[in-house]
Amino acid sequence: MDKPGQLDATFAALADPTRRAILARLAAGEASVLELAKPFAMSQPAISRHLKVLEQAGLISRGRDAQRRPCRLRAAPLAQASGWLEGYRQFWEGSFERLDALLEEIQTQEKRKRTKRGDQR
Amino acid sequence: MKNTGTLQVTVQGEREIVMTRVFDAPRRLVYDALTKPDLLKRWFGPRGFSLDVCEVDLRVGGGFRFVLRMPNGKTMGMRGVYRELEPPERSVHLESFDDFPGEPAVVTTVLTEDAGRTTLTAIVLSPSREVRDAVIAHGMEHGAAESYDKMAELLATLEAAAPAAGAEA
Repeated sequence: MDKPGQLDATFAALADPTRRAILARLAAGEASVLELAKPFAMSQPAISRHLKVLEQAGLISRGRDAQRRPCRLRAAPLAQASGWLEGYRQFWEGSFERLDALLEEIQTQEKRKRTKRGDQR
Repeated sequence: MKNTGTLQVTVQGEREIVMTRVFDAPRRLVYDALTKPDLLKRWFGPRGFSLDVCEVDLRVGGGFRFVLRMPNGKTMGMRGVYRELEPPERSVHLESFDDFPGEPAVVTTVLTEDAGRTTLTAIVLSPSREVRDAVIAHGMEHGAAESYDKMAELLATLEAAAPAAGAEA
């Protein structure tokens, strides 16, 4: 939360389906560029460009090993984005549960009024 | 047809949040619940929150003023301006929070009805980080957990919301 713009950078990086797939793969463990490129019909330089965006957004880190430079997921920014969405979801989830009850109550009242009038719809 | 009662929240691009929820009621009722103060007071805000102030001037160019009291006693004010009103199917309004001045978010609400049930889709376009931070503040209230599980869920949500992978680099 401290780093201004982190959430923006996270969502910008997540806006691309290939980058999301890369992150999903890294959630299962570290991988090299070559390993990451395999499931995608994409060149290694293209994958490297995606990795650069992810690295700049702080979502992944790269190992020092010059040959392999394995990529690892960095959990904090994603957890922050996830927490943000979760908070939003919880706010509205709670509100909408109350709205469900209200809508049911209104409909029951309407039905009762109609029945009183002898309207059998 | 989605199940009633399941709220879906996804992000779209960098600045939009999309919410989808199905209600077991015709849309004229859902529209009323979204726009009439006596009804709004009975549901707006999670359990434990109360809508202390709820004023609505329901016409294009008119606005609303809400003050929510949270369980910890703190209040949160928000206001908005109606830009488009097409009862009972669509509305567009601007929305901003007292604690986060700046450009308001643009909220487009669409209600579709099928067999007596209503699907609500709300697209929230945030122009600034401040508005999103206000939403984050809500998240903090609830002490959102940080875990890999949640992250995996988030990725799955984003994946489901994304169009078929048109990979470009």
